[in-house]
Amino acid sequence: MPTEVDHHKAAGIRECADRMILDDKVKNIVFDFEGTTFMDSSGLGIIIGRYRKISCFGGKVYAVNANERITRLLKTSGMTSIIEVL
Amino acid sequence: MEGNIINEIKLEFEAVSENEGLARIVAAALIAGLDITVDELEDVKTAVSEAVTNAIIHGYRERGGKVIMNAVLKHEHSNNCIFIVEICDTGVGIEDVEQAMQPMFTTGMENERSGMGFSFMEAFMDKVTVTSSPNMGTVVHMEKRLRALHEE
Repeated sequence: MPTEVDHHKAAGIRECADRMILDDKVKNIVFDFEGTTFMDSSGLGIIIGRYRKISCFGGKVYAVNANERITRLLKTSGMTSIIEVL
Repeated sequence: MEGNIINEIKLEFEAVSENEGLARIVAAALIAGLDITVDELEDVKTAVSEAVTNAIIHGYRERGGKVIMNAVLKHEHSNNCIFIVEICDTGVGIEDVEQAMQPMFTTGMENERSGMGFSFMEAFMDKVTVTSSPNMGTVVHMEKRLRALHEE
């Protein structure tokens, strides 16, 4: 994930992830937040969208290396019901 | 202007996504000198980011327009201060503000919005009010009390 995850960066992340899902038949997705210092609700939209795409095929979504604030955002917004934060 | 204003910034910019980061930086710059936590700084940046993103995506339907950000930092009682920011657009406006502010409500399903923008604003700021009328535009007014100023 980029340093700042916002609406501006969302399209690129989405396209990249969807290409991997479609072309490389990726089953599970790991969002690596290493080095990410900012995320707004656009980040939740990206995760929800990818979850919808792969969950029907039994795929799982993970978030790793998220800093304290991003971890808290993911948890308090209820994202942990669809993703695992490691 | 009232005498208790510490600093004030007015920023007008094109409603393109590149400027979401700019709006965050400008808002952060206004409060950077205060004795605040990293979390408080991030709260303000996130709330501003949400409001500006809404103006770009919903207000102007991603077809461009002008967004105005008015940010003011004022002295309050004792050594505290209040940060007030307004994000204004002259876009399509919101028919039903109450509905728009509901968590998970979104019109932008095709672009996979989470519908959490207003919830984030309300979670991170002390006060959020939205004034809007169809075809006239939207003003999002947000306030956050911040801790004491550094002693000079």
